[in-house]
Amino acid sequence: MRFSFTEEQRQMRDALRSSLTESCPSGRVRAAWKTPDAALRIELAEQGILAINLPEDAGGLGLGAQDWVLLAEELGLVAAPVNLIETLATNPTLAAIGALDLASQVGTGAEFVALEEPGGFALDADKAAGILAVRDGRVGWLRDATLIAETSVDGTRRPFKVDGRFEAVDADATDLLDRAALVAAAELVGLSRRMLDLAVEYSKSRRQFGKPIGSFQAVQHHLVDALQRIAFAAPAVYRAAWSVDTNHPNRSVHVSMAKVYASEAALFTGRKALQVHGAIGYTFEYDLHMWMKRAWTLSSAWGDVRHHTDRVGQFVMSGGQDA
Amino acid sequence: MDLEFSDSEKRFRDEARAWLEANVPRTPLKSGDSREGFAEHVVWEKKLHAARWSVVSWPAKYGGRDASLVEWLIFEEEYYRSGAPIRVTQNGIFLLAPTIFEFGTEEQKERILPAMSSAERLWAQAWSEPEAGSDLASVRSHAERVDGGWKVYGQKTWTTRGAFCDGIYGLFRTDPNSERHKGLTYLLVDLNQPGVTVRPVERIDGDESFAEVFLDGAFVPDTNVLGGVNQGWKVAMSTTSSERGLSLRSPGRFMKAADRLVDLYQRRPDPGLRDRVTRAWMDAQLYRLYTFQTVTRMIEGGEIGADSSLNKIFWSEMDIRLTETALELLGPDAELLGGSPHAVDDGDWMLDFEFALAGPIYAGTNEVQRNIVAGRVLDLPR
Ligand SMILES: Cc1cc2nc3c(=O)[nH]c(=O)nc-3n(C[C@H](O)[C@H](O)[C@H](O)COP(=O)(O)OP(=O)(O)OC[C@H]3O[C@@H](n4cnc5c(N)ncnc54)[C@H](O)[C@@H]3O)c2cc1C
Repeated sequence: MRFSFTEEQRQMRDALRSSLTESCPSGRVRAAWKTPDAALRIELAEQGILAINLPEDAGGLGLGAQDWVLLAEELGLVAAPVNLIETLATNPTLAAIGALDLASQVGTGAEFVALEEPGGFALDADKAAGILAVRDGRVGWLRDATLIAETSVDGTRRPFKVDGRFEAVDADATDLLDRAALVAAAELVGLSRRMLDLAVEYSKSRRQFGKPIGSFQAVQHHLVDALQRIAFAAPAVYRAAWSVDTNHPNRSVHVSMAKVYASEAALFTGRKALQVHGAIGYTFEYDLHMWMKRAWTLSSAWGDVRHHTDRVGQFVMSGGQDA
Repeated sequence: MDLEFSDSEKRFRDEARAWLEANVPRTPLKSGDSREGFAEHVVWEKKLHAARWSVVSWPAKYGGRDASLVEWLIFEEEYYRSGAPIRVTQNGIFLLAPTIFEFGTEEQKERILPAMSSAERLWAQAWSEPEAGSDLASVRSHAERVDGGWKVYGQKTWTTRGAFCDGIYGLFRTDPNSERHKGLTYLLVDLNQPGVTVRPVERIDGDESFAEVFLDGAFVPDTNVLGGVNQGWKVAMSTTSSERGLSLRSPGRFMKAADRLVDLYQRRPDPGLRDRVTRAWMDAQLYRLYTFQTVTRMIEGGEIGADSSLNKIFWSEMDIRLTETALELLGPDAELLGGSPHAVDDGDWMLDFEFALAGPIYAGTNEVQRNIVAGRVLDLPR
């Protein structure tokens, strides 16, 4: 029993953190609301992140969820305007169906494979080399797809309602969707951490009644409650990464727990952060809303709290044991 | 990351499970917070000790098995899983003992620890006073220097199982000119002596588990000063952080409670409450994960520190949600106490709920925990 990341895993996280601090300030996120940020995918590809979980014969690093989960968290921290979820989720699927050429193109950032969220949308489907979808529990390509562009509350997201001829492939749908939910959960933890940081910093500098507002107990307790949810969501996410990598028999339950707690932490932290900011947090000009809106979309995407609670419920109520 | 248990950890679990299955009393004991029940629990504690299961993580020479922290958590899971009695020794073995390991002299260790692990001497916590609750530094009990030790005066209150235990530990002002955190000393006071009056006080659940302890010149030898004269605050803080952090409420307790809740749901299904039952189960699992993460950090050389306060907030509030859900499942039967003809599960859920309500109060209220996290973890201004 050892529940911690390796030195290498932490170093990769730290390296990405320092590069994103430089390259992806909030102004870049804001700019992506106007013009999609194509360069960011390439920058991440150059750091090996888009190919991290591709096999070596597709130009990848052959690493697993425990290696990328902290990186996804970092991308959440800066609200990076990039579709990492689709790529990390579909990479192993592409490898499994032998689409190695396409996979290696995805790894270099030259191509993008979209993934339809069941019952929802496919982001950037107009620029995708292919659209993967899950229908009736099977994975497949949507061929000759028709796309209807939608508008998201998060201006960095470009969702499309897609339909097309479904061409099934031989890949595991649960694995694919579990990976997507896990990347989303990790990003949500990162988003939450930054929203809390913003609120903590603000509460130290904003003064009312002659004191920093962070000295008021009501404000302090809002922030502590957010911290607590984040602190408890993180291990659920990390454990799920281990379970995905080790093909644990209860991995879907573990992913669902990760998604439930990470979604709730992000929604809760967003609310608390806004409250602590007062009206400034309610403006478009201040950064907080970009993080909140990403949190809203990711918490409902790839299975919301109800969906994943229900999935755990089915396991528990059918006598499932997990000790 | 490796979240599998090692072979030796698995063997340890199997051994604990087998012993508990063979030895846990078939019929539940009377409440360990009542006088009669307490005596039954002490018999059980002696049996645990005889098989060396009473303090698994302690060194063998004091009655333990030198078990690792992970093994200790495994033991706790098995202990609760087996439905074994509550530990009436807990305020000694989980709270006083870690402080003795850290601050005690060799003589103190050899004298106090074996008698604690064998349940020959049972210990109660005496922090609170009528005027010192959350604000522990305002204690008024004091000690006067006499030949070979101290005479203690004052009143302690809410001393859990104080009416049945042999000794108390707490803070006393030893420097009359001191204020607040300074000039306090951590003393171990024998309750069976002149100058001590213990008055039991009924709790909300009717058990006489609280006690008021009146001290009027009781003697404390120098050998019962823990950690040095006027050093009491620092020593006491070490106990309170083990209490909130790891030792007081291990995950096994809540995993068992969650399993019982799932079982109750299956007997009395109510689709409107299904998600809440699931959530209680998930919360218990989450607490387990958080704890394994903490334990790993400690094994790798880290400290528990102030985030033990986050832990305390989590388990205490989880326990309330869990037991409230059980009462809702029970509907009109929720009010029935044990012995009542239609009581479900012998009325245990109401007792569990009542006890859960105390969680945000004892071991430092949750408001105070939030203050601690705000100051020490988030570094917010005062
Ligand atoms: C079941 C149970 C068992 C116990 N066992 C023991 C025991 O064995 N030994 C022992 O010594 N004590 C024991 N206690 C007592 C316990 O430690 C105290 O109840 C606790 O420290 C709070 O003190 P108080 O009750 O005086 O409440 P107070 O300190 O008077 O607090 C009342 C309310 O005010 C709030 N409050 C106080 N200060 C602040 C602040 N700075 N900021 C925000 N809110 C604040 C509190 O959070 C609480 O909500 C036990 C209590 C219970 C319920």
